[in-house]
Amino acid sequence: MLMKNLGISIVAVVILIALPALASVQGYNFFLTVFPYAAFAVFLGGFIYRMVKWWIIPVPFRITTTCGQQKSLPWIKQSPLENPAGFWGVAGRMALEIFLFRSLFRNTSVEISGKRPVYGSAKWLWFFGLVFHWSLLIIVLRHLRFFIEPVAPWIAGLSALDGFFEIGIPALYLSDFAVLAGLSVLFLRRVIIPRVRYISLPVDYFALLLILGIVVTGLLMRHFFSTDLLAVKSIVLGWITLSPVVPAGIGIFFYIHLFLVFTLMVWFPFSKLMHLGGVFLSPTRILANNNRRERHINPWNAPVKVHTYAEYEDEFRDKMKAVGLPVDKE
Amino acid sequence: MSQAKIPKPDELINIEYRPPPTGWMDTQVNFRPGTWSYSGAAKNLTYLDLPNPRVWQPTDEDWKLPENWQEIILAGMKERLEKYRSFRLFMDICVRCGACADKCHFYIGSGDPKNMPVVRAELLRSVYRRYFTQSGKRLGWLVGARDLTVDVLKEWFYYFYQCTECRRCSVYCPYGIDQAEITMIGRELLNLVGCNINWVVEPVANCFRTGNHLGIQPGGIKDMLEFIADDIFDRTGVRIEVPINKKGADILFVTPSADYFADPGTYTCMGYMMLFHEIGLNYTFSTYASEGGNFGLFTSHEMIKRLNAKIYAEAKRLGVKWILGGECGHMWRVIHQYMDTMNGPAEYLSEPVSPITGTRFANARSTRMVHITEFTADLIRQGKLKLDPRRNDHIRLTFHDSCNPARAMGLFEEPRYIINNVCNHFYEMAEDTIREKTLCCGAGAGLGNDENMEMRMRGGMPRAMAVRDVVKKHAVNRLGCICAIDRATLTSLMDYWVPGIKVMGVHELLANALIMKGEKERTTDIRGESLIK
Repeated sequence: MLMKNLGISIVAVVILIALPALASVQGYNFFLTVFPYAAFAVFLGGFIYRMVKWWIIPVPFRITTTCGQQKSLPWIKQSPLENPAGFWGVAGRMALEIFLFRSLFRNTSVEISGKRPVYGSAKWLWFFGLVFHWSLLIIVLRHLRFFIEPVAPWIAGLSALDGFFEIGIPALYLSDFAVLAGLSVLFLRRVIIPRVRYISLPVDYFALLLILGIVVTGLLMRHFFSTDLLAVKSIVLGWITLSPVVPAGIGIFFYIHLFLVFTLMVWFPFSKLMHLGGVFLSPTRILANNNRRERHINPWNAPVKVHTYAEYEDEFRDKMKAVGLPVDKE
Repeated sequence: MSQAKIPKPDELINIEYRPPPTGWMDTQVNFRPGTWSYSGAAKNLTYLDLPNPRVWQPTDEDWKLPENWQEIILAGMKERLEKYRSFRLFMDICVRCGACADKCHFYIGSGDPKNMPVVRAELLRSVYRRYFTQSGKRLGWLVGARDLTVDVLKEWFYYFYQCTECRRCSVYCPYGIDQAEITMIGRELLNLVGCNINWVVEPVANCFRTGNHLGIQPGGIKDMLEFIADDIFDRTGVRIEVPINKKGADILFVTPSADYFADPGTYTCMGYMMLFHEIGLNYTFSTYASEGGNFGLFTSHEMIKRLNAKIYAEAKRLGVKWILGGECGHMWRVIHQYMDTMNGPAEYLSEPVSPITGTRFANARSTRMVHITEFTADLIRQGKLKLDPRRNDHIRLTFHDSCNPARAMGLFEEPRYIINNVCNHFYEMAEDTIREKTLCCGAGAGLGNDENMEMRMRGGMPRAMAVRDVVKKHAVNRLGCICAIDRATLTSLMDYWVPGIKVMGVHELLANALIMKGEKERTTDIRGESLIK
């Protein structure tokens, strides 16, 4: 199962790498002029489409998952972030989820030891998940320097901070190192842990390998096969000003890097990667647990067939009277 | 009784967490005796106007499905994908990180990988992808899509009736994906083609007709409550009234029928009745709304509403001010998260105020139903009860947070406040097994039947082992809870894994400690067991 699922993902990524590597000059032209717009349009349009599609589906019931003490009697201390009772509590809870992966932080492991289950702390999934996502975000933000001229101070500052240790020339970014570490752990656990291997689909490997391909080609360009950054910037600014240019002599890794990024952008809205947007709409997390305080409205709440008291009394009236229970109709 | 033999605890605990060599899509379901529940009887389906009533069992080769069953299921999925954001979102955004995998008590207790919440959900997701997503239609198994076949339907039945909808997985999921929601929709889909279990559908039919799951008729309810009043007189020397269907009462009291039907629930019921008598509460039981629980929750959203409607209707008919609810787990999921939305607004009731302390229960101002532990905790806090916790000195208690009050309400401190005021020896179980991380009794959501006993003992094992730890460490001899299903199912669970541990409700504990006006000297607790002098 692993061989099949992983194998097919590797083949898919290799093909994606081979395509730009084997492309002709006309291909590159097409690649730098039409592709960026297409990929961007699919990504943005797809992302918005998916979000709107989820957004317009009703949330018929307030099904908050409560992870702390409810707000009830005034002298009982509530957990406002684990069991929010209003907007600000939900905002805090969601901030913890989005920025710190609060729920994943609870992760435990279990094993049977001495004929009983023993629970252990398993924070490493949380840790490497967080490292991966944060470093990816920082890398994406750093890339904005190609899109903005002059480079905004905060981007320059971020890059400087990221390269703080000044290891090597050009300086190794901490986020590059971190994203590799995060990706490796997330990938290896899917391969090594039998349980996780069992639940992994081909697309799960594919997602990690695709991002790994992007990271590795990026690192190769920066540290091993130096790329003309000014040319890159002219390409990117060309896209923005709607006057795409095709400079000569940019290395092959740039094209591979770019092609993988476009693939990711096109695939993103149709894949599980949409958890990025979906988490903001998850009913168990984004709703306040104020169910008995404020009525929640179900837009499609329809009448149902009920068994009325009158029907009930009709069936049991004699029995009720026999034991002296009051009845509505004699 | 089922013929299935249950392995001994020593054998059952040999659990392997190594998945089988074949992938989950290629592993067929095996209806092993002791791990599934009997099918819903035709008469119950007919009574409720549910589709496809017939004689069948899950072990039959032919399930006698309607000819166009696939069409029915897919149309049902489509409808629900458009009505529940939760369903569509939870179908779409799982990344299969596996954080939920070893959080499910059924996985911990069985090692069956399809009991990992993620795979249980994938059973349904795979079909969703195949018929409702472009990638699934085009790429098939590469994106985890597969055809809806009879084998898939059988697998749904087996595993959606091996989930107790306890929501523990949803606490750990980084996106809050709630397997209970997926199981609920999965069971709704199964119900569309007549595949349900009798231990759910019979209580539902009973409840629809007689007002309670057990099918007790008005005279029976009166007898049982009066019998309990006699027991109270026996133990305390205090004669109490049993108000039933009383118009003009201030408060309608609704509790699960198991509380007045059988031990050990009846002891908890004694506690409610003694308390209400002692504080002079003008309340009433109802025979029409004689069930707090709601097995509709284990059938379909529509059925929740059909059964739940009685509570508000009866409150309105009797002209009470507000409603008080007894100790029950899934009942409170329905009351707290569904009742007001489905059958409200209850404008004919008023905002709940304790007639004894004057406390406004602002947290229940819309639904107008208060949890008994909120009510009692307030009474104790305001010094309205005379309590002698020494009368519980023969009890060394631990407390099981029931899944629904824990993860659908966050009702943690109220019962603990009562416990700490009425009991001197209270010991918590390990942190990973209580409060929002609480483990399941293994038999909720309609699975507490005899034929499913092996699976119950497996699913309840993690809870039982946590109890056993405090038994060893603190010589605990009693397991407290605020759930009627727990009181029944934990009893079997303890008999199997930790013999000698009895189960009780929090209001039974209160009953022992409650000093009543005019009571005789108590020499026993309300079970009739001797007190420590």
